[in-house]
Amino acid sequence: MSRNRFNSTSSFSQVIRKFFLSAFVVFAFAAYAIHERLTNANSAAAASNSGGGQDASAQPSDPTSAPNPGSLSGSSSGTLSGASSTSPAQAPANAASSSSNSSGYKDGTYTGQTVDVNYGLVQVQTTIQSGKIAAVQFLQYPNDRRTSQQINSIAMPYLQQEAIQAQSANVDIISGATLTSEGFQMSLQSALAGAH
Amino acid sequence: MGMPVTVEVVEAADESLFDEVFEYFGYVDGKFSTYKAASEISRINRGELEWEHASDDMKLIFQLAEQTRIESNGYFDIRHQGRIDPSGIVKGWAIYNAAEILRKRGFVNYYVDAGGDIQASGKNPQGRAWRVGIRNPFQMDVIVKVLSITDCGVATSGTYVRGQHIYNPKDGEDALAEILSLTVIGPDVYEADRFATAAFAMGRSGIDFIECLPGFEGYMIDRNKQATFTTGFARVGTA
Repeated sequence: MSRNRFNSTSSFSQVIRKFFLSAFVVFAFAAYAIHERLTNANSAAAASNSGGGQDASAQPSDPTSAPNPGSLSGSSSGTLSGASSTSPAQAPANAASSSSNSSGYKDGTYTGQTVDVNYGLVQVQTTIQSGKIAAVQFLQYPNDRRTSQQINSIAMPYLQQEAIQAQSANVDIISGATLTSEGFQMSLQSALAGAH
Repeated sequence: MGMPVTVEVVEAADESLFDEVFEYFGYVDGKFSTYKAASEISRINRGELEWEHASDDMKLIFQLAEQTRIESNGYFDIRHQGRIDPSGIVKGWAIYNAAEILRKRGFVNYYVDAGGDIQASGKNPQGRAWRVGIRNPFQMDVIVKVLSITDCGVATSGTYVRGQHIYNPKDGEDALAEILSLTVIGPDVYEADRFATAAFAMGRSGIDFIECLPGFEGYMIDRNKQATFTTGFARVGTA
């Protein structure tokens, strides 16, 4: 899949909406996958026979195997292709390490497949500790500069702005980027003169 | 480097005090100036001096720079195209040390200004907080904002003056032309300077970085003559 297929004629809000929708879907998908593991943990043997389905008690599965039909990939791929044209996400595949615990969640770290959300690739990793979701993090994140700068702006929309205006107040000191000695003296004199 | 230095002490002080402060800046310049062929940093850059044989201050600066690089997610980096230029952290460090000379001598009301970065302590001759004007990057003899400060540091990063070298370590193509000036107010001038340099390399996001840094305020001026400032800036910046 090509990355950064950013359409420059899209409006700014469409870009952001698509990204957040896709990112939300990936998170929701990862959370749902964990939920599936919990509910399927006791019937793991029965569920694992359908051509490479993913389940907690089986050996770590081949990431290229088909997703468990009927539930996981059906809902997620439907939602994803509605948001943007991407490949359907696979079920979380690689359990880097696992150990059992009494609550039914398998401790370990689960890595999701890489999803192309149209503005880059997203890959989520989920960590289970003591049977609970301890962390969900992005392993891959769209790093197109333009997009991430827009997202940064979205993250901090509340910083105030103002047009700069000349001030006529008295000052003791002046802060500015380094000048040469001559330029400094000249401009310092005139600045302080202007300030009085 | 070769930046102009201004020291003002409100209490009565002997001239030898100022000599000591200016001598210290001379020492720093002689060691860290990339414009001086005989400086220690120039010899390191030419490969004439091994890291193990560098002076204590040079090693200290390298450690502080590395710490700043990590704290700024890589945006502060004294290495560029195979050369090392530590001026983005040396300046604030030197001003801080110079002010310490005054503080340890028992002086309370003073400031040290080197190249527009300032450590201010106590009160000005009128008994008020020190008033610092932020220069208009579009008109050098005009002030666009006044800060009222005491016992803290102010540093302004900018590329509107020739000779100022700040780069975006994450994108060599980035000309850093969007933001002309970023003024950072911090607990002391060493902190303000290193983070002003780091934040400037982040472009427009630099002010967000300062906003998220507890104990720091910032005032950023972009090429459209628009200023963006942190939520706590009103504490130090008057209208």
